[in-house]
Amino acid sequence: MTTVHERVDTFHDNDQKPVGYGRMLRKEDPRFLRGRGRYVDDVQLPGMLHLAILRSPVAHARIVSIDTSAAEASPGVRAVVTGAALAQQNLAWMPTLSNDVQAVLATDKVRFQGQEVAFVVAEDRYAARDALELIEVEYDVLDPVIDARRALEPDAPLIRDDLDGKTNNHCFDWETGDEAATEAVFARADVVVSQDLVYPRVHPAPMETCGAVADYDAVDGKLRLWSTTQAPHAHRTLYAIVAGLPEHKIQVIAPDIGGGFGNKVPIYPGYVCAIVASIVTGKPVKWMEDRSENLISTGFARDYIMRGEIAATRDGRILGIRTNVLADHGAFNGTAAPVKYPAGFFGVFTGSYDIEAAYCKMTAVYTNKAPGGVAYACSFRITEAVYLVERIVDCLADELGMDPAELRLKNFIQPEQFPYTTKTGWVYDSGNYEPTMRLAMEMAGYDELRREQVEKRARGELMGIGIAFFTEAVGAGPRKDMDILGLGMADGCELRVHPTGKAVVRLSVQSQGQGHETTFAQIVAEEIGIPPADIEVLHGDTDNTPFGLGTYGSRSTPVSGAAAALVARKVRDKARIIASGMLEVSVADLEWEKGTFRVAGDPGRSVTIQDIALRAHGAGDLPEGIEGGLEAQICYNPSNLTYPHGAYICVVDVDPGTAQVKVRRFIAVDDCGTRINPMIIEGQVHGGLTDGVGMALMEMIAFDEDGNCLGASLMDYLIPTSLEVPDWETGFTVTPSPHHPIGAKGVGESATVGSPPAIVNAVIDALKPFGVRHADMPLTPSRVWDAMRGQARPPI
Amino acid sequence: MQVPAPFEYERATSVDHAISLLERLGGTARLIAGGHSLLPMMKLRLANFDYLIDINDLHAELGYVETGPDEVRIGALTRHRELLESPVLAAAFPIFADAERVIADPVVRNRGTLGGSLCQADPSEDLSAVCTTLDARCVIRGPGGAERVVSMEEFHVGPYETAVADDEILVEIRVPVRPGCGSAYAKVERRAGDWAVVSAGAAVWLDGGAIVDARVGLAAVGPNTTGIPEISAALRGQEPSEGLYEQAGAIAARSCDPVTDQRGSAEYKRHLAAELTRRTLRRAVERARS
Repeated sequence: MTTVHERVDTFHDNDQKPVGYGRMLRKEDPRFLRGRGRYVDDVQLPGMLHLAILRSPVAHARIVSIDTSAAEASPGVRAVVTGAALAQQNLAWMPTLSNDVQAVLATDKVRFQGQEVAFVVAEDRYAARDALELIEVEYDVLDPVIDARRALEPDAPLIRDDLDGKTNNHCFDWETGDEAATEAVFARADVVVSQDLVYPRVHPAPMETCGAVADYDAVDGKLRLWSTTQAPHAHRTLYAIVAGLPEHKIQVIAPDIGGGFGNKVPIYPGYVCAIVASIVTGKPVKWMEDRSENLISTGFARDYIMRGEIAATRDGRILGIRTNVLADHGAFNGTAAPVKYPAGFFGVFTGSYDIEAAYCKMTAVYTNKAPGGVAYACSFRITEAVYLVERIVDCLADELGMDPAELRLKNFIQPEQFPYTTKTGWVYDSGNYEPTMRLAMEMAGYDELRREQVEKRARGELMGIGIAFFTEAVGAGPRKDMDILGLGMADGCELRVHPTGKAVVRLSVQSQGQGHETTFAQIVAEEIGIPPADIEVLHGDTDNTPFGLGTYGSRSTPVSGAAAALVARKVRDKARIIASGMLEVSVADLEWEKGTFRVAGDPGRSVTIQDIALRAHGAGDLPEGIEGGLEAQICYNPSNLTYPHGAYICVVDVDPGTAQVKVRRFIAVDDCGTRINPMIIEGQVHGGLTDGVGMALMEMIAFDEDGNCLGASLMDYLIPTSLEVPDWETGFTVTPSPHHPIGAKGVGESATVGSPPAIVNAVIDALKPFGVRHADMPLTPSRVWDAMRGQARPPI
Repeated sequence: MQVPAPFEYERATSVDHAISLLERLGGTARLIAGGHSLLPMMKLRLANFDYLIDINDLHAELGYVETGPDEVRIGALTRHRELLESPVLAAAFPIFADAERVIADPVVRNRGTLGGSLCQADPSEDLSAVCTTLDARCVIRGPGGAERVVSMEEFHVGPYETAVADDEILVEIRVPVRPGCGSAYAKVERRAGDWAVVSAGAAVWLDGGAIVDARVGLAAVGPNTTGIPEISAALRGQEPSEGLYEQAGAIAARSCDPVTDQRGSAEYKRHLAAELTRRTLRRAVERARS
């Protein structure tokens, strides 16, 4: 099992006092450890029916006919619904989060293997599943578009003939940076290195698959929907738009969620089918997809075919970075990203380096594959961006014959340059990169590792050391720049202190395992002095929490965490006024010491926040103009994203005979600003690093030439186990965010973003004796062996 | 949730009871032991049977590792974990523990059985390669208690096909014991618990310094239940040496028939057949000598 080698190195005073109660155990864990979590599939309602979805067995076909008569006659079946039936209610298509449309149930064609074609509602899930076998669908199979590189060829089959006037498979074009300035920099550079890279399609594969229980009450017109969602409020609004139900009559409830990683941001056809089924049958209806359905039809991630170019002086000064990207968005553009950012935050591909020019040109295409694009802890495509820059920086180091650590150190944005505006327009809020890098190198024993490598190479052993240094942009909005289908990316928070001094804080974000019930209690505890154990954190029920955009892109702490701190300060401000009345002094004469107001110069006279809470709800007088109660609500609109950074160093050994890669060591130094609960941060980092091992070495959703998904089970789509990962060695530096109320930055995806390039760089470094400069993920033994023989091939 | 098609289920109380049920139900029935191959196939509806006959209650009758003067006899219902932990096998045939350490995971090993593994006849299955390497014999019992003993080659008819008839049960595996034996197993997998990209087993029997007999069994590189006679022929009577292992590896590479798939290219698998043959032979010889 993984163990932690905690390494603490101090750069700022507040290292020593993590917020609130620091490394406290997670409040939510007792129920998880005792099997008392309550997930969507645990929801049982009287008379509940079960829904199963018939999916397309082929990637591209015209639907000739669907015969549901045998299924309808099957025992226990209550309803069989096809796309044609939904079309009559104008529900056959729904908007995606990227202003495209997606079929709820196919009417005209199926466009990817696994697409929803019909559903059965039955008395139990067995009867529903059995009836699927009895639905007869006649398909007129069409040629599929599987290779994104061929999607725009003139004779490529047209996938989206549902879109008016569409004549090709073009999805969108996007560019950022300054093309001419970049060209000029490249023209005068001593050295230009170019490398083709593929970030293959991968899948979040959360332990809990997606599902919902819809319960429509025809009498009061209210829909209650328990669903696996990372964004309950955004989903409620979208259901109101899609289904035409009034928003105040929709209650979306996200109970415990068994992992999300972005997979539970989109609205899937299954959710809509469950709602329709409940309305049609008048009964509660449960839909839980199975593992294969999750893997073949729900939001994938990555699938970028990239060319990276980097220009530098001979002595290793990076001048410019240029990239051209072909993005495979599948059959529908279901990307969950802010509307003005069709490529997510890929624009941060300039990384952590102070360069003169940058430019990116991207073309996105439709293919006959599952829709999605942003999922799997990617920070809105920062995963791809960081992989690109950190891989080509290593290619440059190789070309220059320079140590990759030295090259990075030479080009970092310097601390005094923050806030730093990148050549693609991102304003990095704060950063101090060199100490983070130096700490990672010191923990790794970098120089000693290089010496060991020289010795091993002399013996024919293959050892590699890989470095990745990342800067992320997390915590979307601000709302003026960032919205999802018009919903601004801000988050509400409500804090209510009860008469006895206990409190409840209500969040708009939604935990999928991140530990919100603990972290947010700690944030509030720090601000208002009520112990975390006395603070209940509520989330995941739109009837009982304020509006907000939800949890993804590492945005909970940057956005909602700020809201929690500020709402607590608002309550504290009111408490101060009440305290001044209780102590009969002016507000200015009060000093706050966590949980207590004292009279300045007379510390014996004080009231606690609990005293104040009782007074606020009591019969006694309150200061002039102060209402009873002790509560507040705010909506926090961030002024900027937060920009965490980190330095990762990976050591691998490659078996020269079998080409198997063993990750021997992994050193991860993260800087996410103020650290709230270091244990939770470490947990997030450990999980993300493990994800990185998976993506770098084994994970890929592959397709055959007919468009059959080859990763439809966890026997085929491999995710790493504890046996593939080393003991993680974690460390940290602290560079607070200047605009976040407590200086915190997001960290949930840092390790997923930063670890794949570190591992790949390590493997390529190990293969240097074979003259290898690049090989694409996943670096399975077979693919590493190809690289060793000079035959590295892209995986798609 | 993946759910299988409807089926009926009965627990057998003895081997003869199970056979009588099979006699009556024929090809519509399937025995279930560990179930770790059968149940996933049923849940995906790749396999549909009207009846399952659960033989897990027969562990007392069919779960054992017994050693005799000429052979080690292993009951078909012996679990992976029991093979892994058997002191008898550790002493006589360490190839079993080598293989069991890399078969699936502890949950599967607690439940899965030797007989189930062989009867599944998956070309990537490790224990088939182990039994092939050791030239094991399979005891199959049919109606009326009639037993027949077949070689691995006869047992394994093709991918997912065995010599066991609809009304028969594999009851025992017999591994011949000969002096001077060393054995080893090696597997390359993409991830712990995955099916083999390629795996290889080797057994050698030494007398004095020379190889009296040697066998190599491969998994995941096409049908191979013969122990690659050409390797055996090349090694017999020779002194062990790196050159000899090299030669055996080359024979293994050209004797197998791998296909390119998600686990690796055919070319890579052929390379592994050679590499793992060399490695396992080297270790088997070391063990035979120690």
